[in-house]
Amino acid sequence: MTPYLTSLRAIVLREALRFVHQRERFIAALVRPLVWLLVFAAGFRAALGISIIPPYQTYITYETYIVPGLCGMILLFNGMQSSLSLVYDREMGSMKLLLTSPLPRWWLLLCKLLGSTAISILQAYAFLAIAAGFGVVAPPWGYLAVLPALTLAGVMLGALGLLLSSFIKQLENFAGVMNFVIFPMFFLSSALYPLWKMAESSELLYTICAVNPFTHAVELIRFALYGEVNLPALGWTLLAAAIFSACAIWGYDPARGQIGRRR
Amino acid sequence: MRLNAILALVMLAPAAQAGEIWVTNEKDDTLSVIDTDTLEVVRTYPTGERPRGITFSHDYSRVYICASDSDAVQVMDPATGEILYNLPSGEDPEQFVLHPDDRHLYIANEDDAITTVVDVETRKVVAQIDVGVEPEGMAVSADGKIVITTSETTNMAHWIDTATNALFANTLVDSRPRHAEFTKADKELWVSSEIGGTVTVFDTATQAEIAKIVFEVKGVHPDRVQPVGFEFTPDGRTVFVALGPSNHVAVVNADTYQVEEYILVGRRVWHMAFNGDHSRLFTTNGVSGDVTVIDVAKRRAIKSIKVGRFPWGAAYRP
Repeated sequence: MTPYLTSLRAIVLREALRFVHQRERFIAALVRPLVWLLVFAAGFRAALGISIIPPYQTYITYETYIVPGLCGMILLFNGMQSSLSLVYDREMGSMKLLLTSPLPRWWLLLCKLLGSTAISILQAYAFLAIAAGFGVVAPPWGYLAVLPALTLAGVMLGALGLLLSSFIKQLENFAGVMNFVIFPMFFLSSALYPLWKMAESSELLYTICAVNPFTHAVELIRFALYGEVNLPALGWTLLAAAIFSACAIWGYDPARGQIGRRR
Repeated sequence: MRLNAILALVMLAPAAQAGEIWVTNEKDDTLSVIDTDTLEVVRTYPTGERPRGITFSHDYSRVYICASDSDAVQVMDPATGEILYNLPSGEDPEQFVLHPDDRHLYIANEDDAITTVVDVETRKVVAQIDVGVEPEGMAVSADGKIVITTSETTNMAHWIDTATNALFANTLVDSRPRHAEFTKADKELWVSSEIGGTVTVFDTATQAEIAKIVFEVKGVHPDRVQPVGFEFTPDGRTVFVALGPSNHVAVVNADTYQVEEYILVGRRVWHMAFNGDHSRLFTTNGVSGDVTVIDVAKRRAIKSIKVGRFPWGAAYRP
């Protein structure tokens, strides 16, 4: 096994172990979207169902509409959580161990990204299974087609997490991430309401939603779940993933990034 | 997972059975023809004013259309879409049934409180029967002996003996009865009441009420639950009931009279028709101007197809 693969295996395994050992985290990650699906959506049941928007072929209930958005929510929270764990690693010193590896830093970061994305995808599938149990089902092939979409969206949001973790100096600052990144990203997107509804109330909000990379991640997942490719969403998600990854690698570069400056 | 998906794909592949659903568009004065396989509108034909009821002759060589505001039943050649001639129909024909003899049309004349019987071969009115105010729903028993007219304002189902063309019974139902159907073996008569929000089941032999079905759609005000058109599956065990502005179709167990499921469709769902093998059901949604296709086995809406304004009636043609 080449050193590259060894490190990949080690890092992904560590992520997996950490995940398995924190059963509360798994449950919490599922409970959050389920609360939205079963409580929030119940109250908004009648809000939709008046217009057909792609990729849907017919009228849908609100529950059906928000499932892709809640998958996105899982990926978003998980991406941020892994950035939180990096800050923790840094404080505890285990990151020093990781970064002293002779392998290029971008590779280590990529391994970390893949590890956390894999966990996110597992959670998203668990959520989809539970949602199906409650009667919110997609076409069977959609569950397969959604895998690449979940992967790309997971990598994009994970890269964003990495980027943020290079800026956050202390664990306590994570609350700021919640306030200034997770909530705006989630609420200013198409996860909870279609963008045309947004456009009805405010053109400015609509524009913000339309450039939000999370919107495109959600739309990518939404279309994939129905076996369709949303090309603009795919393009924007890829672009965002590339930019966030590049910035994260730059952020972790000891010569230039935040890490270096902190020393 | 992958294997399951592939299996599911194979199972999903529909048994190809070409056919068409013909839909009358009340406000557009047109007919939309939907291909039952591609689920697309393939043709649109102009009709008389305000087309509503629609039915095919038994050999599908003619299609009869109630052009309510033209005060005529139009006869169209389904192959060309050409209106061949009009049948005398009495004023404001809304719904009709074709007798099993393929020759007599029983037409409800909404404004005149009569049911008109027309011979489609001689093109003459055979009889006019006085019924309640605003007759609408029409049904004929499979043996052809009984025709039912329901009157919207009198709130009755009128039982017509086809041998004498005279009423032999009148039964009260809930407010504004819209549609009636005999079960396949003629044992029961089902009548939907739009304002009453119920479907009443009668015993055909005694004309006595056997059961009354009430509907309750989660999150929809009871006033908006208005049963109108309904159709039985060929085995007679399941009924699909259109619930008007509640935008749902109810699936009712015909043996227990219990509602088993509600399916979300378009706005103000009115009438419906099955495709050839009864695997799909097409519902007309008036306000949203589309037709929702329901997978009968899975009881799930799969697609909504835009048609003209205010689609009303639907009929199948192979």
